[in-house]
Order: sequence, then C-alpha cells, then structure tokens
Amino acid sequence: MVTEGSDTRIVTPRRLGGRIPLILLSVAALVFPWVFEDAHTQHVLIMIFIYGLMALGWNIIAGYCGQISLGQAIFFGIGAYSTSFLFANFGITPWIGMLFGVAVSLVVAVGIGLPTLRLRGHYFAIATLVIGEITQTIFINWEYVGGATGIWIPIVWDDPWYTFQFHDSKIPTYYIGLAFLTGGLAFTYWMERSKLGLYFRAIRDEPDAASSLGVNLGRYKLLAFMIAATFASLAGSQFAQYILVIDPDTVFPLLLSILIVLMTMLGGLGQIWGPVVGAAVLLPISEATRIYFGGQGGAEDLMIYGFLIVIISVFYPRGLFGLIERLIKRRDNAGS
Amino acid sequence: MLAVNYLNKSFGGLQANQNINFEVAEGEILGVIGPNGAGKSTLFDLVTGFEKPDSGDVLFLGKSILGLRPDQINRLGIGRTFQKLKPFPQMTVEENVMVGLMQHVSQMNEAREEAHRYLEFVGLIDKMSVYAHGLSTGQRKRLELARAMASRPKLLLLDEVTGGVDQKTVPELVSLVERLRTEGTTVVLIEHNMKVLMSLADHVVALHLGQQIAYGRPQEIQAHKQVIESYLGASYA
Ligand SMILES: Nc1ncnc2c1ncn2[C@@H]1O[C@H](COP(=O)(O)OP(=O)(O)OP(=O)(O)O)[C@@H](O)[C@H]1O
Ligand SMILES: [Mg+2]
Repeated sequence: MVTEGSDTRIVTPRRLGGRIPLILLSVAALVFPWVFEDAHTQHVLIMIFIYGLMALGWNIIAGYCGQISLGQAIFFGIGAYSTSFLFANFGITPWIGMLFGVAVSLVVAVGIGLPTLRLRGHYFAIATLVIGEITQTIFINWEYVGGATGIWIPIVWDDPWYTFQFHDSKIPTYYIGLAFLTGGLAFTYWMERSKLGLYFRAIRDEPDAASSLGVNLGRYKLLAFMIAATFASLAGSQFAQYILVIDPDTVFPLLLSILIVLMTMLGGLGQIWGPVVGAAVLLPISEATRIYFGGQGGAEDLMIYGFLIVIISVFYPRGLFGLIERLIKRRDNAGS
Repeated sequence: MLAVNYLNKSFGGLQANQNINFEVAEGEILGVIGPNGAGKSTLFDLVTGFEKPDSGDVLFLGKSILGLRPDQINRLGIGRTFQKLKPFPQMTVEENVMVGLMQHVSQMNEAREEAHRYLEFVGLIDKMSVYAHGLSTGQRKRLELARAMASRPKLLLLDEVTGGVDQKTVPELVSLVERLRTEGTTVVLIEHNMKVLMSLADHVVALHLGQQIAYGRPQEIQAHKQVIESYLGASYA
C-alpha cells in the first residue's frame, strides 16, 4: 500500500555503493595505466579527469547551490593561460602558474558574482554566458598573450616535475589528473556533510526560507561560485600542460561551458559522482564524434549538446544516478 | 520587544499597509486578524526584511531593524514561517531543521541532535529522514514551525499555522503555540480562526484593507463594531 511519504525514503549514496566498491574503483584507477598502455585510452582517461574536475566545480555552484553558470570556460581559460604565459615568458613553474591562475579566477569570479548573484532570476546565467563570450573575444585580440594564435608552451625535456611536461609517458599526467579529481571528490564529500553543503542546498531549494533562517544568500552563492571557478581554473592549467598549445578557441569556447553542463546533468545534478559519471560517459562519445566530424567540434556539437540537455532535464532530471536509484527502489519493492 | 511604528507600504496604487502601529511585549502572544488581502502577510514581510516599507520604522529590542536583510534580522532573533509554505523539498526533514541551527552550533552532530528536539516537539521525529517534498500539508506546517524554532528566535512570527489543515490537526497546532510561549518565546500569530485567537492571544491587532482598525484584548476585538462588520460579519454570515 502506498501511504503518504512511503516513496520518499531517501536512497543515500551508501546504499548505492559503500566502501568496497569505492576501494575497488580506486585500485582500478591506480593500476589502469599499467594495464591499458594504449596511448589513446590513457588520453581519454586524462580528459575525463580534467573535465570531470571542472564539472565537479559546476556541480557545486549549479547542482548544490542552484545558480546556473554558463561561463565556466572563463576560469578554465584563465587557468590555462596563467600557467602557459608565466612559463613561456618567465620560465615560472606551472605549479606556481596554477596558483596564480586560481588567484586570478577568484578575483574574476568575485567581479562577476558580486553584482549578479544577488539578483533573482536568470541574470547570473545570462551574465556568465555573455562575459564568457566577451572574455574569449578579449583574448583573441590581446596580442600580449598571443592573440588568436594563443601560446605555444616551449618544449623542455629536463626536469619534468618542474616544467610539468611529461614527454615520455602519459602516466604522470594521468596520476596528476587522478589526484586532482580525487581532491575535488573529497572536497565535495566533505562539503555535503558540512554547514556549507546544507546552506548551498537550502539556497537552491528555497532562497527565501534560507534567508529567513539566517543564511546570507549573497555570501554563500559567491562562495559556491568561487569554488567552481577554482576547480575550473585548476582543470584549465592541467589541460594546458597536457596539450602544450592553447588558444582562445580551445580554452574559452562557449561549447566547453555547455559541455560541462551536459556532463553534470547527464551524470546527475547535485550528486557527488554525477559529474565524473557524466564525463566518463560523454567524453569517449565526444572524442569519437570529433573524429567523425573531422573538425574541432563546433556549431553541430553545440546543437547536439543543447538538445541533449533539454532531453535530460525533461525526462531524466536526476541523470544517470536518478535512474540507478529508481532501479534499486524497484528491486527493493519487488523484494519486499 | 517589537515595536511597529506607523508602517506604510504600497504596491503600485494599492496601500497594503497604512500607518500600522503597535507593540509586542516580551512573552506575549499577539494575534493578527483581518480578511483576505488585509495586509497581514505584508506586515510580516516588512518586519522580517523581505519587503522595505515606504515609511515608518520597526524596532526590535529597542533598535531599528529597518534596512537589514532577512538573514540579519533572523540572526538578531526574529524567526518566521511563511503562509505559502516554503520547505526545502530536496532535503530531508532533519536537514530542513538543521539549517536554522547552523548559526548557533558549529558541529553537524550537535545540530542534528538539537534538530531532533524540535522534531519531537512538533511530532515529526519519525519523518526525519524523509524528503520534505513527501510531506502532507499538515506535516509541512509543523516542519515549517520546527525549522523556524531551530534558529532559536526570541520572537516568532507565525503566518496562519492552522490554515488549510484538517480540523483534527488544529488543536495540536494550537497546543504547540501554547507550549512555545511557556518555553519563553514571544509569538505574533496571523490567524483566521477566531476561536483559536480567543484561547491563545493576549492582544489582537485587526487589519482591514491595509488599515489597522483595532488593537486590544481578544474580547474587546470580538466586540469591536468595525471588526465585526469587516471580518466577523463576513465569515459568520
Ligand atoms: N509583492 C506584492 N506585489 C503586489 N501586491 C502585493 C504583493 N504582496 C501583497 N500584495 C497585495 O497586497 C495586499 C495585501 O496582501 P497580504 O498578502 O499582505 O494580505 P493578507 O492579509 O496576508 O491576506 P491573506 O489572508 O489572503 O493571506 C493584497 O491585495 C495583495 O494582493
Ligand atoms: Mg497572508
């Protein structure tokens, strides 16, 4: 019999997994590059880590805090340009460049977020979208940082850990990416169980109620946006050090901001593993279609992504995780 | 404790609050009555910072709270519920209640334990791990109350706690409000049910079309000619 509230028992992540699958997954991730030595497979995994980290950040501002940013590429690009520019021009190690990128991203996030996040409605989404496009245009015309051709990071063979360039093998890049992604997941895990996560979700669900309970909406939305910017910036820096050639079209495109949205929604908005699952499903497909289209991905990709976002939000608003939950519930109900 | 001084608020051409002026003493229950559209909820919005008055002042514990944000006003000690209930639907009942506590405690476990006390108080403890969207209207009302209590307000503004719930739930909610007072919370209560007001309120403010038409003891208000015409007359007809 269906009584009120009987279908609303929560399915916690613990019920979906627990410790053992997590340990198995960790072990698999650690040994993976030694088992699958094929460069293309490793490449796809590295891309999953990098975009997955960026998507984890978007999940915090949008999935948990409910503020839709359509400009995460701004911070990805800032991260990429910071490491590349400082290394190419001054020989500064990308590790420092990475921190510099985060600092710049935080300043830009505050600059964008402070005036727009306190407004109701879609101002924030539109502002991030427009500023993203403007940022790309600025970088295309900014000759000091390479204009439309961007930056070619000088190839150096010595001291790979200082230069953050690994030419012999993808394995160090793989582990660095895995470490950052794990850090992002660990942060999300901690956040979910903290006051921060509670406040973010309260703001997402019902901002008026949240503020009537002492939550400073502006401050916490801005904090969520700064976290998202940090994740994207770190991802951008890693991307630059991996690809070694960056230009405004590859690190600042709207397509990238949209791809991150799609990934997170596909995996499950506001679910800790959502962004990573989404990245793991979408990136291999995206890589394949890129090859299929023979280009870098352009208007066609954008249309396909947009279409998929609409489909998911209408039919599977809780993403793949929602589907899994529903399957588990069905199994439980059948069993009881 | 709370002083509302000649508050005015209009929405376009509509005077939603006109020279509203009364005080709430510590420890009392003040009832607010008035027909639909009288401006009762608007008054709450003005006091809690959700709307800015055109003129007038609101003093809490002797200081003006005009121009403060809702979260700042809550942190000073004013809690409220919403007539149009606003639970956090994608959060559990327990989490809903924990939100208001986080300004007071630093540990999540501490907040969880205290949240259970409020959930027991309103009789929702067995629903604590259910998502709020799965609650009935009566349960949501009680959640709204527990959640507002969790911010440990000195003054609690309740917007129609008994409205829209079935008749057998009303006495439970009434006794909850009574217990609130015994535990030292000052309450302002918007209430359509005259019987409820008679049993609970120390004083009553009557509003009609944005105007304050009466203030006094419940018995005085019940006998007040204008109140009967504008409000009781309509509902007793
Ligand atoms: N944000 C707003 N914008 C425009 N008009 C408003 C707004 N809020 C309230 N009003 C109007 O102000 C008047 C008073 O509304 P209010 O909600 O305060 O009444 P109320 O006494 O709470 O009524 P009810 O018993 O129906 O809850 C109504 O005519 C309402 O339509
Ligand atoms: Mg009202």
